[in-house]
Amino acid sequence: MTDAANPLRDPRDKRLPRVAGPCVLVLFGVTGDLSRKKLLPAIYDLANRGLLPPGFSLVGFARRDWENEDFRQIAYESVKAHARTPFREDVWTHLSEGMHFVPGEFSDPGAFDALSMAVKELDESRGTGGNYAFYLSIPPKFFPQVVEQLQRSGLADRKEGAWRRVVIEKPFGRDLKTAVELNDTVHRVFPEESIFRIDHYLGKETVQNILALRFANTMFEPLWNRSYVDHVQITMAEDIGIGGRAGYYDGIGAARDVIQNHLLQLLALTAMEEPTSFSAQAVRLEKAKILSSVRVPGDLTTSTARGQYASGWQGGVSVKGYLEEDGIPADSRTETYAAVKLEIDNRRWAGVPFYLRTGKRLSRRVTEVAMVFQQAPHLPFSHTDTEELGQNALVMRVQPDEGITVRFGSKVPGTSMEIRDVNMDFAYGESFTEASPEAYERLLLDVLIGDPPLFPRQEEVELSWRILDPIEEYWASRGGLDQYTSGGYGPDSADELMARDGRAWRRL
Amino acid sequence: MNIDLTGTTTRKIQDALTQSRHLMGGPAVGMVLTLIIVTDESAQYDAVRAATEAAREHPCRVLTVISRDPRGNSSRLDAEIRMGETGPGETVLLRMYGPLAEHADSVVVPLLMPDTPVVIWWPGGKVPKSPAKSGLGKLATRRITDAYAARDRLGTLAQLAGNYSPGDTDFTWTRLTAWRSLLAAALDQDHDEIVSGEVMAEPDSPSAELLAAWLSIRLGVAVERTVSEGPGITGVRLTTTGGDIVIHRPDGRVATLCRPGQPDRQVALMRRPMSELLAEELRRLDPDEVYREAAARFAKDLAGGTSDEGTASEPLSGTQEAATTRKAEKEAEKEGLPAAPESSAGKQPASKPSGGKKPARGKSSGDA
Repeated sequence: MTDAANPLRDPRDKRLPRVAGPCVLVLFGVTGDLSRKKLLPAIYDLANRGLLPPGFSLVGFARRDWENEDFRQIAYESVKAHARTPFREDVWTHLSEGMHFVPGEFSDPGAFDALSMAVKELDESRGTGGNYAFYLSIPPKFFPQVVEQLQRSGLADRKEGAWRRVVIEKPFGRDLKTAVELNDTVHRVFPEESIFRIDHYLGKETVQNILALRFANTMFEPLWNRSYVDHVQITMAEDIGIGGRAGYYDGIGAARDVIQNHLLQLLALTAMEEPTSFSAQAVRLEKAKILSSVRVPGDLTTSTARGQYASGWQGGVSVKGYLEEDGIPADSRTETYAAVKLEIDNRRWAGVPFYLRTGKRLSRRVTEVAMVFQQAPHLPFSHTDTEELGQNALVMRVQPDEGITVRFGSKVPGTSMEIRDVNMDFAYGESFTEASPEAYERLLLDVLIGDPPLFPRQEEVELSWRILDPIEEYWASRGGLDQYTSGGYGPDSADELMARDGRAWRRL
Repeated sequence: MNIDLTGTTTRKIQDALTQSRHLMGGPAVGMVLTLIIVTDESAQYDAVRAATEAAREHPCRVLTVISRDPRGNSSRLDAEIRMGETGPGETVLLRMYGPLAEHADSVVVPLLMPDTPVVIWWPGGKVPKSPAKSGLGKLATRRITDAYAARDRLGTLAQLAGNYSPGDTDFTWTRLTAWRSLLAAALDQDHDEIVSGEVMAEPDSPSAELLAAWLSIRLGVAVERTVSEGPGITGVRLTTTGGDIVIHRPDGRVATLCRPGQPDRQVALMRRPMSELLAEELRRLDPDEVYREAAARFAKDLAGGTSDEGTASEPLSGTQEAATTRKAEKEAEKEGLPAAPESSAGKQPASKPSGGKKPARGKSSGDA
C-alpha cells in the first residue's frame, strides 16, 4: 500500500476540488424541517457539483413507518423544491440508489442494531469503507440516548483506517453547566476531534469574507482599532415570529438562541487578531483568545435590554403577540429581543463598546456587523454644512443580500457646501452569488472531508456561555419584560441603552 | 435594454453604456472583469449565450468582436448593446467591416473596464498561432482557446502548447476537470503501486491526449492512449501491482469506478455545457501551470513520435524515467521557458503518420 501523498494532487492545480472520501452519512431526524429544507438539498447540490464520492450513501433514521422508497420520495420532493443547482436525472438516480431508511425510536436497541446492519451492508455493497458521519438533527434531550445507542450497537467503534464523526447542531446547552454536561455525554463516545458543532452562519460566504476583508487587504486593518472605531454594532433581526418552534423556544429566548452562538462568533471574527495561519487550530486559538477577553459590564441594568413582541402589524399582516402564540404560557418571561453591551479588554479594543442585538418580529430580516467610526477630529466646514453628516461606517452584511456597505460623507451637488452621508455598496449577490454555495453545503462537505476550521470548538462554546450566563442570571432575578410592537425596531429600553452612551442603533 | 448603433465610434458606445446604466438606476459598476469574445456571425449566438450564463457567476462586460466582410474597402463599426435583460453585466456586439477588422484592438481598448482583468476567448476553431502575441490577445491576462473546435485538433493543441505564455488555457483541458477530480479522489484512498495507465477515448481527442500526458507526468509511468468509439473519453485504467483501478464511462453520462476488492460504484460524470466551462475558466485568473506541463508533454510526445530532432530522446515510451524528465522540466520552468516548445512549434505534427503507442489520429470528423 502506498501511503505517500496522492501524486495527482498538486497545490498548483486549483481546478481540482476537494472531494469527500467514500462514506455513509447517517441522518437522525430526517423528517424535520432542517433536513427537508436544507440538508437533503445540500447533499444533492454537493453530488451535482461532483463533490461526493462514488458510492456515497445516506441513511435516514426516524420514527416513521417508511420504506426506502418513501424516504427517497421525500428526499426527491425536497430536492426538487429547495436545491440550488438544476435538477439532473443522472445525478439523482445515483444519489438515490444510496439512500436507505431505518425506522425506529431512539430508545429501541433493536432499531439501532438494524441501523448497524444497514450501514455494514452498505460498506459491502457500495464500498463506503467503514467511514460514518452521524448527523444529529434532533433536540438535544435525545443526544444521550442516541449517543449511548451508537456506542452499544458498535456503530461508534473506530476501526483502523476508518473514521467516525458526529455532527451536532445548536443549542449547545442552555448555560455553561448544561453545555459541559452535553459535551461530556458526547465525549464519552466520541473524541473532540471527531465532534463537529454546526453553526451554519460560519459556513456563509460573507462570514468567511470577513477574514478575507480584514487580513487580505491593506486599507481596512489600520482603522480596525480603538483609535478610529467608535463602536461596533452586531445585529441579527428577523421579521418572523417563533412559528412552530414554541416548544423549543420558550424558556430559551433570544439571547441563548442567537447571541450565544451566532453573534458572539461574529464578534470573535470581527475583533480577533490575525491568526498565524488559516489552519483550524490557529483560527480557533485567536477566537478563543478574543472571547476570553470579552467583559460583561458591571451594571447590567444599564447595559442590557430585552423585550417580547406584542401583537401588531408586520409587513401588512396582522400578527399575534408572543404570549398569544400557540404553546406559549400566558405568563412566559422568555425574551424575543435581547440587546447587550460588551467590552473587550485588550489593547486594540479597550473602550470600544460592542453592541449586540437580536430580535424576532422586527421590521426587516437582516444580519450585519457594522463598524461605526469616530467623527473626524476637526471639520474645516461650517456647522451648518455638516449638520447632516453622521459617522463613517463599514457594514458587513451577512444576510440577506450579502455584501459590504461603506458609508461616508459626500458633497451634495449644487452651489453650497452641503455634506451628507452616502452609501456605497458592494453586493456580493451581484458579483459572485450564483456560485456561492449554501452554507450547509460547505459545512457538510467539511464534515465529510474532516476539515474543522469553520466549526466552533467546545472551548469557544464554554467561553460564550461564560459571557452570557451572568446576563441570563440577572434577567432571571428580575421581573418585568418590555413589550415591543411587532414590525417595529424593538423595545424602547434598547434605544435608551444606546442613548445613554450618546449613540443610536443603525436603523434596520 | 437594447441599443443599436450603426456606423458608430467607441466614444458613442461608451456614452451609450454610461447613459443606459444611469437610466437603469444602477450607476455603480459591480463588474469584475471584461470578457472579449472573438467569433463570427454564425457562432456568435451560442458564445454570447454561454458568456451571459457565466456572467451570473462573474458579472462582466462582454465585448463580442465579429469580423464582417474583411475584404471590403470601407471600414465601418456597428454596435449592439444589450443590458439588464439577461442578468448582471452588459454585452456589446461589435461588428467590424472592411479594413477595420484588422484593427479590432483599437476598438476594444477604450471599452475595457478600467483596472480589472481582461479575458479573451476564441470559441471557434480559428485560433491565432500564438494567442498572447495576437493583437487582441495582447490585451488579455487570460486567453481561452478551444482546440477541439479546430479542424486539426491535435496539431492546434500542439501549436498552442509550443507558443504557450502564462495565462493561456484551452477548453480541452477544462473539459477534463471532472475526470481529473474523480481520478484524484480515487487515488486519495490507499492503493498499490501504479505501474502503468491507459486512456480510452474517441480518436482525435485532444482532451484524452492531455489526460494521458497529465497522468504520465504525475504518476511517472507510461500511459497508453487507446481508441474507442466515444463519446469523448470513455475510460481510464490505472494498472497497479494489486489489480486495475478503472473508471469507465461508455455513455458520456455515468461513470463506474472499479477497484480491486471493492464493489463497483457509479457516479454521474457529465460532459459539461460551454457556459460551465467558461465559468470555471473565469473563476481563477492565474496562470495554469499544470495545464502548461501537460500540454508541453503532449506536444513533445507528438513531435517525438514523428521527428528525431531534440525531443526524440524523450518519446512516450520513455516515460518510465519520468522522474528525471520532471526534473528537467522543472529546470526549464526556472528559466521561464515552456518545457518543450521549439521542437514542435511551427510544424504540423498531426499531419504526419503516428507511430508506436501514439493515438490513431487523422483529419477525422468534427463530431464530439
